[in-house]
Amino acid sequence: MYQNDMTRKEIEFALAERSKEDERTLRGLENCDRRNFLRVSLKFAGMAAAASIIQPHTFQLVNVVHAAEDGAQPELAFRFAYVSDTHLYARGMTHRFAKAALKAVEDVNALDPQPDFVLFGGDLAQLGRPDELALGQQILKELKAPVRMMVGEHDWYLDLGEKWKEMFGPDFYSFDYKGIHFVTLNSVVEKDFWTAKGYTPEQRMAIVSGLDDNRQSPFEVGEPQRQWLSKDLAKIDKKTPIVVFSHSPLYKLYKNWNFWTDDAEQVQQILQPFETVSVIHGHTHQLLTHRIGNIHFHGMLSTAWPWPYAPEGLPELTVQMSRSDPFNQLDGCGNGTIDVRKNGRVDKRYNLWTRNPRVVTASELASGSLTGLGGYKGPSY
Amino acid sequence: MNVKLILAALMLGAIGLTYFFMDRSPALERARRAEVGAEDEWASRTVWACDRRKMVIVEGVRSDEKIPPARAQQVADVLQDLMRYCNEEITARISTDARITIAANGKVYEHYVVGGPLPIVKARFGDPTEREKKIWKAELDKLVTEGDRLFHSDELGTNGVACAMCHPNAANTHPETYPKFQTQLKEVALLRDMVNWCILNPLEGKQLDHADPRMKALEAYMLAARAGKALEAGKH
Repeated sequence: MYQNDMTRKEIEFALAERSKEDERTLRGLENCDRRNFLRVSLKFAGMAAAASIIQPHTFQLVNVVHAAEDGAQPELAFRFAYVSDTHLYARGMTHRFAKAALKAVEDVNALDPQPDFVLFGGDLAQLGRPDELALGQQILKELKAPVRMMVGEHDWYLDLGEKWKEMFGPDFYSFDYKGIHFVTLNSVVEKDFWTAKGYTPEQRMAIVSGLDDNRQSPFEVGEPQRQWLSKDLAKIDKKTPIVVFSHSPLYKLYKNWNFWTDDAEQVQQILQPFETVSVIHGHTHQLLTHRIGNIHFHGMLSTAWPWPYAPEGLPELTVQMSRSDPFNQLDGCGNGTIDVRKNGRVDKRYNLWTRNPRVVTASELASGSLTGLGGYKGPSY
Repeated sequence: MNVKLILAALMLGAIGLTYFFMDRSPALERARRAEVGAEDEWASRTVWACDRRKMVIVEGVRSDEKIPPARAQQVADVLQDLMRYCNEEITARISTDARITIAANGKVYEHYVVGGPLPIVKARFGDPTEREKKIWKAELDKLVTEGDRLFHSDELGTNGVACAMCHPNAANTHPETYPKFQTQLKEVALLRDMVNWCILNPLEGKQLDHADPRMKALEAYMLAARAGKALEAGKH
């Protein structure tokens, strides 16, 4: 597990007792393009594992025993993984965000058995630039499992989604898979705040990319998409489990940081009639759990950096992660998996890179008694 | 014989010159008298207040020696008390038997005690005017705004990361808890030490000098953002 970027010193140290072959491998890390980097890094991982420097699998599967409603854990139907909020700069493969994204990809590829598909949770690029999106596409191409893309605000507001749609297809869509109805939304729509002020596309993107920049509008799904959603769900049986992919949380947490969906109530109204609804959202870069009626909300981790918890509006059901260590680039970051049970309910597994993984199960959420709730309250922010 | 005359003349000349150039200043007199143990009733030290308008002359202490603690406390008490008269120039003289004489407004007052009244009109000269308050606030806002800009920009680092990425609205910076033992640095850190660490590591930039105006701006912004939070040095 790399605590810091591999500096020259660390490479030298690692080289101290290695063979000639290993030495060449390590030297190769210093300057190489993407293809060679992956080849070299995998070789290094193998070599380092042999020398017990780095754990070969940062993805430990933990069996969590917990009380289900009916006393038995519903059978696993299938599992999918996610990689989210990579926030890539197009500054080469040695940039810290690129390396973190690659690490997430490696983690998912190391899963055995492989997940059915991988969700990308939004914010692939940092400033919505074509070269950043291209870099992201390049990194995600390394995933063995098929990828489903979701858009985030950092991808959208340079050109209002032109490049994204060209590269990755529609920004909202639905599909059925093994009896589950999946819906992907573009929930980072913002009312026009830029035309009146005469902002350039770069300025607009810069404003939107500031989490605490209140010149932007709150996120929303918007009337057109809500209508589409209603129509799409009209044909679905109320007993069919629904899983919604959304970048913004689809509820109202903290407006200052756009941890917020302005028309959340209306979207929830459309989803309410269904027995089993789970929302998987990005944007918040932290452990986040919520439930409104029969809708479960799960946040995804970012690979790039963790956000602190909002000073107010935190859902009661969220068991906070303790403050991340600024001295460790990977702390508070990671990826994860989602287990879809036979009853359509969803268990969320946070694969934190520097901490024990955390699983939040559907039965825990339904009963409202999450492990750890009532214990650690978290520091005041 | 000539040599002897010349030598004698030179010696007389030397003595004469020495006498002529001999410094017979009072300091020298004092020093000489001190050497022979004479009392230093002429010795005094002067202590100025920070505004350079209030002065205390402490008698019986040479200019090169420290004032004994009890007398130094009396000096401090007198200066603090005289600061009430903000814009006045006042001189106090404390004798060796702790009597205080005040000179102000061109007059001398013999019966002053610390905390007691002085016949000087305490007009409110020291209070800031509205205009001054506006100027000071504008200056502060300028620095805070600059700090806000730096905090949200990527110019402090080299990899595009900005402070605000991990700290929106300066959340989780906790400037009010410094100084504290920063476990990762393994020493007690001030806020600016932490700022510099962040610039060096997550931002991969060049650390700022502690007196750098950018450092001041960043601190000003963080403290302004956390205004109203209780000061709890050492917490977390």
